[in-house]
Amino acid sequence: MRQRGPSTAPPPAPADPQRAASVRAVAEQLAGTRGPLLPVLHEVVARHGYVHDDDVAVVADVLNLSRADVHGVLTFYSDLRRTPPPSHRLELCRGEACQARGGEALHTEAAGRWSGSTEVEVAEVFCLGLCAVGPSGTVDGTLHAGLSTERLDSLTHGWPR
Amino acid sequence: MTTAWVPCDSAAVALGADAVADAIAAAGITVRRNGSRGMLWLEPLVELDTGRGRVGYGNISEAEVGALLDGALDDTDRCIGVVDEHEWLARQHRVSFARVGVIEPTDLAAYREHGGLRGLERAVALDPAEVVAQVTASGLRGRGGAGFPAGIKWETVRTAAADVKFVCCNADEGDSGTFADRMLLEGDPFTLVEGMAIAALAVGAAEGYVYLRSEYPHAVRTLRRAIDIAYAHGVLGESVLGSGRRFDLDVRVGAGAYICGEETSMLESLEGRRGEVRAKPPIPALEGLFGRPTVVNNVLTLGAVPMVLADGGEAYAALGVGRSRGTQVFQLAGNVARGGIVEADFGVTLGELVEGWGGGTASGRPVKAVQVGGPLGAYLPTTRFDLPMDYEAFADAGAMVGHGGVVVWDDTLDASVMARFAMEFCAKESCGKCTPCRIGSVRGVEVIDRIRSATDDGVRRTQLVLLEDLCTTMTKGSLCAMGGLTPMPVRSALEHFPEDFGVRADDAHDAVAAIPQSATVTTEGARP
Repeated sequence: MRQRGPSTAPPPAPADPQRAASVRAVAEQLAGTRGPLLPVLHEVVARHGYVHDDDVAVVADVLNLSRADVHGVLTFYSDLRRTPPPSHRLELCRGEACQARGGEALHTEAAGRWSGSTEVEVAEVFCLGLCAVGPSGTVDGTLHAGLSTERLDSLTHGWPR
Repeated sequence: MTTAWVPCDSAAVALGADAVADAIAAAGITVRRNGSRGMLWLEPLVELDTGRGRVGYGNISEAEVGALLDGALDDTDRCIGVVDEHEWLARQHRVSFARVGVIEPTDLAAYREHGGLRGLERAVALDPAEVVAQVTASGLRGRGGAGFPAGIKWETVRTAAADVKFVCCNADEGDSGTFADRMLLEGDPFTLVEGMAIAALAVGAAEGYVYLRSEYPHAVRTLRRAIDIAYAHGVLGESVLGSGRRFDLDVRVGAGAYICGEETSMLESLEGRRGEVRAKPPIPALEGLFGRPTVVNNVLTLGAVPMVLADGGEAYAALGVGRSRGTQVFQLAGNVARGGIVEADFGVTLGELVEGWGGGTASGRPVKAVQVGGPLGAYLPTTRFDLPMDYEAFADAGAMVGHGGVVVWDDTLDASVMARFAMEFCAKESCGKCTPCRIGSVRGVEVIDRIRSATDDGVRRTQLVLLEDLCTTMTKGSLCAMGGLTPMPVRSALEHFPEDFGVRADDAHDAVAAIPQSATVTTEGARP
């Protein structure tokens, strides 16, 4: 049996009490569901854009888990951001079906174009389920298929380089 | 005035269907949002109600809506005639996808009108053991890839003694080249709801979960809406169709981990833990979610159940070939001219799918290879187009049907790049629990890099032996199919396209012949 429950050392006080209260409310609201940790972390990302390191202790406390348990789950799943989201986010599919339609070159090009950018994040994604009409991706969260360099140029018009 | 049908399927939406729907509505025409017919190369495919039936117009953009409504497209090749009569659809055998693209996804009345809920009504009237017997008689096998008989799994859960049992639907459709689960969830979600309710009645479960990947936000929204409607109409809740038996259904959203499509990893994730696979036994049917007996089935498996119950197990078993009964929903993807959903009886050949329905490549270049069954499936050359789509025939050919995804590649493919990608993908997505998968995949990338850059035949041969060794270790030593099947695309790429690895075709035989001299394989065969 793994040890559960709060550790003996008290967690450090969160830097942002208002945020901590909001995270606590989310966790308390979902604490009654089965296996609540993933839904709680999803909801924190939905409300605050990412999971701050300070949120870990709050969630662990409400759900009666160790901070290590929460940290372990948080770092396993790529969707659970641990840094504030950028102003713009581009996700491009690197799955085989999109690669067969030129997706890899598109991803390489976009990753190069915004390499080092703090405002634009280019992420890889493995399959959006649009495999017959690729290459596909999301532009600030909106799905697009049949992407090309030209199409990407127009969709990201005005984005900082 | 007439009614226009504009698909709300995310493939259509990703190609501009929402703007088309808005433009048609702005012209004063009633717009209804159906799922997609699965003719994805024509999306957005707008259909107009006429006296002849629903007439389709392919690839409609927002700018063309005026021309469409004026009839200016009627005599062009953009008009494909009555959609139901289109040869691409008429040659299919739509069972699981019978309603997809035809009705509005969350219209329960239309669902019932088109044969929905008959299966659940029958299941309510039957004894649970008889419901399982129908599923067993149908020969239905798991559509997620493993092909395990659904009836046997259900019977194990039904006869297990426990305070609580669960029904879980694995909708973590992460394989590239597969999108049938998504399209069913977005186009006809009540089919899954009904299938899960039948499973719950059959095994005595009162709670169910759909584990749905976060990359499918449209499917999440549609399914949640469908579940709300099902509750409101007594299909779900404290008394399923007035049976007095309770079934609650909830959607849980994944978080971007491919491995959570593996059933035990999915259960860990549902419990709120890292998606690390569990060793089997115990099997989930006995110790699954929260350690309780659990049915875990794929979307298409549960989606086939309503039809099995409605028409009887024998009717379903009458379709298909050999031990592959019923229909399979094939997905044509990648560089294919006419990609989309082809539902056909098992036994249709790979060539009929790719050349017949698919119409060859989208680029117009010759087909070089197809990958069947997702990222862990084999690359096959056109000389294997005679293979019938059937679990056993594919296994005999060193390949797998998997979830029915077929990704087409033209002659610009470098198979060694894709072999490397298979290892790279495994390294990225491995849960890390077992060593062959976690470390083997990293070593695999390195070995393939050395093969690809080798200038000396001796070096290349040594590395090929090492690669084969590694593949054997991963296949035999991994806990789950992720590490266990990653060698399949690698080995098949090497076997069928040795020249892409710098191995001359006449040398390929020698290189492969050298392999049994390796450390893990002896003359007596592979070590256990």
